[in-house]
Amino acid sequence: MQTKRTTFPNKLLPYALLAPQLAVTLIFFIWPAAQAVKSSFEREDPFGFKTTFIWFENYSRLFADPGYVNSLTKTAMFAVSVTLLSMTLSLILAVAVSRVLRSNRAYTTLLVWPYAVAPVVVGILWWFMFNPTIGIAPYLMRAAGISWNHRVDGNQAMIFVIIAASWKQISYNFLFFVAGLQSVPQSLTEAAAIDGAGPFKRFWTIVFPLLSPTTFFLLIVNINYAMFDTFGIIDATTSGGPNQATNILVYKVYADGFLGLNIGSSAAQSVVLMAIVIVLTAIQFRYVERRVQY
Amino acid sequence: MAAIELSGVKKTYPGGAQVIHGIDLAIADGEMVVLVGPSGCGKSTLLRMIAGLESITEGTISIGGAVVNKREPAERDIAMVFQNYALYPHMTVRGNLEYGLKNRGTPRDEIDARVNAAAQTLEIAPFLDRKPRQLSGGQRQRVAMGRAIVRQPKAFLFDEPLSNLDAKLRGQMRIEIRRLQRSLGTTSVYVTHDQLEAMTLADRLVVMNGGHIEQVGKPTELYDRPASLFVAGFIGSPPMNLIDVERIRALPGVSLPASLPAGTDIVGIRPDAVVMGKGAAGDIPLTGTVELIEPVGGESHLYVRVAGLEQIFVIVAQGRTTLTETGQVDFAVPVATLHPFNRASGRRL
Repeated sequence: MQTKRTTFPNKLLPYALLAPQLAVTLIFFIWPAAQAVKSSFEREDPFGFKTTFIWFENYSRLFADPGYVNSLTKTAMFAVSVTLLSMTLSLILAVAVSRVLRSNRAYTTLLVWPYAVAPVVVGILWWFMFNPTIGIAPYLMRAAGISWNHRVDGNQAMIFVIIAASWKQISYNFLFFVAGLQSVPQSLTEAAAIDGAGPFKRFWTIVFPLLSPTTFFLLIVNINYAMFDTFGIIDATTSGGPNQATNILVYKVYADGFLGLNIGSSAAQSVVLMAIVIVLTAIQFRYVERRVQY
Repeated sequence: MAAIELSGVKKTYPGGAQVIHGIDLAIADGEMVVLVGPSGCGKSTLLRMIAGLESITEGTISIGGAVVNKREPAERDIAMVFQNYALYPHMTVRGNLEYGLKNRGTPRDEIDARVNAAAQTLEIAPFLDRKPRQLSGGQRQRVAMGRAIVRQPKAFLFDEPLSNLDAKLRGQMRIEIRRLQRSLGTTSVYVTHDQLEAMTLADRLVVMNGGHIEQVGKPTELYDRPASLFVAGFIGSPPMNLIDVERIRALPGVSLPASLPAGTDIVGIRPDAVVMGKGAAGDIPLTGTVELIEPVGGESHLYVRVAGLEQIFVIVAQGRTTLTETGQVDFAVPVATLHPFNRASGRRL
């Protein structure tokens, strides 16, 4: 019987070949994670001279802290809004582009550009546009009778970071949706058209269900993006303010650890964050993916 | 059920490429018309224009007496069977069959009655709760047919529905489609590039070439009296021998009858019209070397090289042949079976 396994004459060679990747993983992923877990059980004195092992005190303090619970709810709100907004808009754009035959390449190229912009730069761009003093957006909104100042209004600040974070993710989602739409055979929509389904019905009953593997994949990617990759955007736009209104978990880890110098609490928070990712991904793969199969 | 009428139908793509050059065709109520031609002849485009999937540049298409040029596919009340079946992969077989009825707001009990009846007819009742991917090619084909018949449309449109099946299944399905169409009596337009499929299914055959209709008629009419060189070469397998008249005249001991129409410069000879041996008085006697024998079972196809003719002469010999390859063969062509053509016009004389 033939096997697909490669057999090495030298027993050490496979380990040698794996070593670089393992080293990178161990040094840059496993070791820091282990350090975080270790620090989360410790308390450092204010001058950094000694650390004491305090079991779960960091955790129990964390969940008793209304500031942390606030951050949890803000994060949930932020992640859900960013995911919904960016996926909805990118799906609309993808459907629109796939309906245009000519120049759809040009549109696609243009729509992909935002993805190439670094998160901090995205943050600064939006910071300028929405700056309550010098920005163009508040100026226009004032003309429409809306007073915009996300430096004082927590809800406006939240809307602001949601828009900025979604904008960046739209291009990524868009690319996947365009590719997904192209893989739905045209004869299926034609058959549905003959079967008496209008454009909307065709989309919801034929195209959208067939797009579900793409949608599911993007759902995971977007939630993870909103929860973990938006640090730069938050930092450059609101820095978690005003009054903790946009202080999402990943930003709070940084603020408490590096600005507040509470290493123990910060480590505990990052461990909680890790646990959230693991649970979210596990749930998504176990339960959602089953319904995606057709 | 309805008649379909095409008059002066043309199709030009935005780039300026014209693929359909003015088609006039009347399809009677309940008739099965087969559009046949080589790939790129515009037969599929024409079918898609009838379905409403392609716009009509010029001319009119009417179904059941009403011009449908501006109507959406759904409003034309036709059903189409696609080459790749186009079954909705995320729905069960039942879901696939129901989809068109649900969209039209058919009452629930009638949907069930019609789906069950169609499933009975097509023998797909055991698979109603399966997904298309769990079915074989032949079963998918039946589901695609079922989706067409539950709707009870005015017309069926078939776009090469059998080309993804293996030869044996294709033969079976061909018979089933014919039987079904007869019993339902629904007007049908069937597109294929397979001339055997075309001959056996059609009430009337439409041979297309380069966006034009070459000839319309009963399959046997087209076989017996092809109107052009193209039809002569396309219909019939093995194809008709088309031979330069000058070269036949130049053969020793051969004379062509004076009864051939003036201007004949190519004669067509069906492989099965040839008589083995010296033939009767008045026949055209020919002699050649057998290059290849294809025993097909009940008959044999002989590929014979006749000195002086440029192409290989194909003969269908009934029964088993005693000839051997590289051997000599005498055969004769009855004058009455000659098909006279003019090369310049490509038409029959």
